[in-house]
This record gives sequence, structure tokens and C-alpha cells, in this order.
Amino acid sequence: MSDDDVAPQGAPVSTGGHEPPERDITDGGPDMVQFLAADGSRVEVTPTTEPYAAYLEEIDHEELRGFLRDLILVRRVDSEGFALQRQGELGLWPSLLGQEAAQVGAGRAMRPQDYAFPGYREHGVAWCKGVPPENLLGMFRGVNHGGWDSNANNFHLYTIVIGNQMLHAVGYAMGVSRDGDVGTGDAERDTAVMAFTGDGGTAQGDFNESLVFAAVTNAPVVFYVQNNHWAISEPNDRQFTIPPYRRADGFGFPGIRVDGNDVLASYAVTRHALDRARAGQGPTLIEAFTYRMGAHTTSDDPTKYRISAEVDAWKAKDPIDRMTAYLRAEGAIDDAWIEQIDAEADELATRIRRACQTMPDPPHEEMFAHVYAEPHRLIEREAAAFADYQSGFED
Amino acid sequence: MSTQTSTATRMTIAKALNAGMRAAMERDPKVVLMGEDVGKLGGVFRITEGLQKDFGEDRVIDTPLAEAGIMGAAVGMALRGYRPVVEIQFDGFVYPAFDQIVSQVAKMHNRSLGALKVPMVIRIPYGGGIGAVEHHSESNESYFAHTAGLRVVTCSSTEDAYWMMQQAIASDDPVVFYEPKRRYHERGVLDLGAQGGALENAPHALDEAVVRVEGSDVTVLTYGPMVKVAHAAAQAAELEDGPSIEVIDLRSLSPLDTEVIEESVKKTGRCIALSEAQTFASITSELAAYVQEHCFYHLEAPVLRVGGYNIPYPPSRHEEVFLPDLDRVLHAVETLLAY
Repeated sequence: MSDDDVAPQGAPVSTGGHEPPERDITDGGPDMVQFLAADGSRVEVTPTTEPYAAYLEEIDHEELRGFLRDLILVRRVDSEGFALQRQGELGLWPSLLGQEAAQVGAGRAMRPQDYAFPGYREHGVAWCKGVPPENLLGMFRGVNHGGWDSNANNFHLYTIVIGNQMLHAVGYAMGVSRDGDVGTGDAERDTAVMAFTGDGGTAQGDFNESLVFAAVTNAPVVFYVQNNHWAISEPNDRQFTIPPYRRADGFGFPGIRVDGNDVLASYAVTRHALDRARAGQGPTLIEAFTYRMGAHTTSDDPTKYRISAEVDAWKAKDPIDRMTAYLRAEGAIDDAWIEQIDAEADELATRIRRACQTMPDPPHEEMFAHVYAEPHRLIEREAAAFADYQSGFED
Repeated sequence: MSTQTSTATRMTIAKALNAGMRAAMERDPKVVLMGEDVGKLGGVFRITEGLQKDFGEDRVIDTPLAEAGIMGAAVGMALRGYRPVVEIQFDGFVYPAFDQIVSQVAKMHNRSLGALKVPMVIRIPYGGGIGAVEHHSESNESYFAHTAGLRVVTCSSTEDAYWMMQQAIASDDPVVFYEPKRRYHERGVLDLGAQGGALENAPHALDEAVVRVEGSDVTVLTYGPMVKVAHAAAQAAELEDGPSIEVIDLRSLSPLDTEVIEESVKKTGRCIALSEAQTFASITSELAAYVQEHCFYHLEAPVLRVGGYNIPYPPSRHEEVFLPDLDRVLHAVETLLAY
């Protein structure tokens, strides 16, 4: 060994020749599937995007208006949640502002039998799966840890621990395969599962293990990473040095980056992935390239960790403005239609507010009710002791 | 020879666990086994031997080497209506799955207000005494007994291995099933004659403690691999016309069968909590606290804990003195009687 082989003290650590790329703030790059430009004009279909564009050909004006209606109403659900927190009705609210198109596109691509495993920001997916928005409020108000029946709408409870749900989705999908509910050709029967997380979630072990399990079991699952660029205060270059969609290649299945602020592209790409999964062709990883316009939750202050120029750049990509401009140009909507939807949003907000304010506190003895499915001596003893103690205060 | 003896078989705890899983799989097509090497190899301890051959790869699933992955995927399978029986290869390898177990497996039923069930069994070969290397000899049952939503059980005999495994699989709650690995190859009698093999005829409920040896001077509360040690101590004392030791096999660590515990301690007035696990903040701590709280006026002496020292499980050349043995139990008995 020559002296040249010995690195001098204090030398920089080698990166193995791979310098981290410049942080990709607002440009999704050439691989990103997009059908609506930021100004609402249609993007030309290319041979690469053609398989996805095929799903848009069958959509009529009525359905397109439905997309925009969902975007507007979901934004209203979110702003109402935010306001309720500020007024002390909710303890916390994780806003989806800016991510409406990513979620509505994915949500509308799902069939009723498809099952969604959300994180805790998927209010738009919940909306598309038919979960009443007021049901989402219970956990943020502190009256329960979920409060909706997952199996009523095939929308699992929110999962707070980042990434845990990705594995649940894969396991559920493994069950779907064992039930024979893939590849039958029966549109009512063939089932896929969607697993939602954010860019922060891609750093978790559970996320990576879910990709391994899905790959080796050929599970009918679609991983949907909403890269909203921030994990609380950490920019996504603290989570990865290559974009999430490229990671799929290393696990042996397709990865696609889609413009998450383009509801048509999000819808088409997800439809394609779900069709693959239902046909028994295995998993897909979709990265919806989007942006969280607000705070992570009502507890943090994004002005402490990000610059306003970045937020302004994304304002120009707003998913609702974009779809509105497109549909106006198409002659599919007019001012009267917008006014009607705004009125509907007002009614929805009133309904949510009333539901939140009149949500009863659960009786305290319910704490002991569902710890176990079968009788458990310790819980029974404690419940009885609690009831006895409480009864001492009755008069 | 009577007909009753002809239905009795002598078999190891390992074989009884295997037979229990087989019976559960035959009874319910939704029962699936999952884990590393559980298929062709039959597990590193061969507990699942032959099951993949007979039930197929869809029901005995060789998984990637990823404990959180196994556990999280099993949660999803359970949500889809399956009953996964998950094998953790060794006690010390459960930690990568700890988050899934305590954050998800334990809480799913509760946070769904009872709408969802995750009826899964987490099998963990545990404890020392086999001369293994680091991370292969731990007794980490306290972590899971501490977590509401999980049932934690362990067996010490062939009969319990067979029945408790089936009861754990049939339970609608998640059950952490600790298998005493140094007892795997010890033989006992399994007699299906009287019970006819039907689960509802099992000799004991899953959460029932059983008096293994009756005695009048000192109660030893113990479980799993230590039951044999306690039994030996009781026999040794009896042979020497020493104190009369009552041995209680707890079987269920969550919930504890407090009625059996109280009845015994109120009778004897003296109590030892015996386990291989480190004693600090442990099952034995809980037993000592419970007994002093509920049997205070019946006690002739403080409750003593006999267990592993509060150090990492030591290299195997120390096992002989780390693990409680007959002499340490008898020493504790003498201490109690001296009060």
C-alpha cells in the first residue's frame, strides 16, 4: 500500500462518485406523466403517456365536472377542518391543501371493491370512497381513534405511525390473491388494494419491507406516494436522493411519476396501475409529484422552515385553478355551475361544523369496551373498579 | 390394558405444537402460517415440519427475512379474514417487529371501536439454556404483557402445547405465544381419548392458571421453562421432609389468573415469583406487587422474586448461574421460612 492510498485526515467522506442531485423543487422532470399543464391547457399525448391517456378518452363532460366538484368540495372539507381546529373544536388537523388532485385522481380510479389503506391526510380519498367527512373528525376531536367502519367503504382507519399501513395493504392484498379475487376478468370481483404514504414515509423500514413483500408475492397492490416535498420541517432531500418512483425498479416492478396537481393524470395513471393489479400482474409504485401548501398539521409553522418563493411557485400550479380553466375552455362549465358548487360547498361546511360541534363525548366507561375482543380479567376488574369509583361522585 | 391408555401418546412439546397447528389448519381453512423458513425446512426448530407439504405454499408461507414485514403483512391478512400464525425465529429477533406488534396488532380492535379484529398468533421460541449465541436466549414476555390488546401465553407441557396452540389460534384476539425452546424435546403424555380432540373439550381455558403441585408452606408462581425447575424443587423438598411447596403454572401472563394466585397464597402465606426473565419491571414484579396488594394480611413474609439478573442475557458459559435453578428456588424458600 502506498502513501497515496491513505486519505489525509479531515478529508471529505467519499460519496462513491454519486453526488446528490439538485433538489427537485417544482419541476417533475421529463418522466412525469401530465395531461393538464398548469394553465389548464391539454398536454400533447406521447407514446409514453398513450396507455394512460386511453382512460381519458371515455370520460364525458359530466364526469369531468364530477372531478372538479370533488376537488372543490374536498378543499372545503379541508378548510373547514382547519377552521374548526383554530376555533378549538379539534385538537389537530392535517391539511391536504394542494394535494386535492393527487387524492381525487387516485380515489376516483378505485372501484368499490378496491381497498384503501391511508396515512392520516387522505381526506380526498376518503371522500371518493364515500366516507362521510364528518366521520374523519372524531379522532382529531379526541372522541375516538377512527370512528368509521373500515369495511363499510373499503377505506381503512387512518394510521398515525408513518408507514405501518403500507404492510397492512400488502397483507390484505395477499389475502385478496388467496381468495382468488384477481385475474378472473370479472370487473365486479377482481380487487386491488391501494397503500398511501408521503415522501417522509418512503424512508421508513415498513415502506421498504412492503415493497419487498409485494414484489415477491406479486400482490395486487398500488403504492401511492404523495411526494408533497416536506416531512414536517424536513425537505424531501432528507428522505431520498433519487425520486421514489425510481425506487420501484430496484424492487422489480413498475414505478411511475405523475403530476399530482393534475387530476386527470393522477386518475389515468392510477386506473392503469389498478387494472394491472386486478389482472394479476402485480404491484405498481406511483409517485404523485405534488406540494403541501399548508403546514404539516395545525401544530407546526412552515414559515420557520421554508421560503415563500417555493410556495408561490406551487400556487401557480394549483389543481383546482387548472381544472377550472380546462373545463371553462372546453365549455363544460360556466359561472352558474361554479356558483352552484360553491353553494354546495357552503352547505357541506355547515353540515360538517354542526356535526363536529354536536359530536357527543363518549361515556368514560367506553374506554374499557374494546380493548379485547374476548373477555380479559384485568380489563373487567379495572372497568368494575372505575365504575365503582365514579359512582362515588354521583351526588 | 384399558382403552383409555390406548388413546394416549407420548410426544415432545415440539410435536404437540405441530399437531396443534395441524388440527387448527384442518378445522379452519383461513388459518395460515407465516415466517422465515417455516415451509420446506419446517422452521429452524422444525415446529412447522411437514405442514407446507400437506397444506401447500399458500397456507404455509415462506416470507422474506423481514420481521416487521411479516407482522405487518399478517395484520393485513387478518383484516382480510385470515388467521395468520406468525413465527418469529428467535426471541431476540422480535424487536424489528415490535412497532407493528404494539402499535398495530395490539390496538387495531380498540381503535376501530371493536369493528375490526386481528385474530393472529405470534409464536416466539424463548428463553435460554440451549447454549446459543447472542440474541437467541431472551425472555422478553414483559414487553408484550405490558401492552393492552395483546394476550400473552406460554406452555410448559405436551398437553398444553397441543391445546393452547389451538385455543390461541381460535381466539379473536391477537395472542403472543411463547414456546419454551429448551423444553421442545421433552416428552409428555397427550391423551385425546377423553376429549375426543374437540377444542371445546380442552382440559383448561387459555387464560387459566393450573396448580401443578399441591403444597401448604410456600407458593411458587411460575411459567414456561421454569415450571420444571419449580417442580424439581418441590420434589427435592418433599424427599428431604422439607417444606411443602405449591407450584402454580400461570400459563397465561396476560391476563393473569388472579383467583388461582390469591387462593394459593392465602393458603400458604408465602410466595415466590419465579422466571428466567430479568426481574426488574417484569412479570415477576407484577406478581409480587399483585400479591402484596391483595394478600397482604395473609403473608408471613415478603414476596421474593427469583429470576435472571438484571443484565443482558450473558454468553452461554454463564447460563448455568444466570438461569434460576433448583438451588436458587430452595434458597428462596429457606429465606421465606426464616421470617
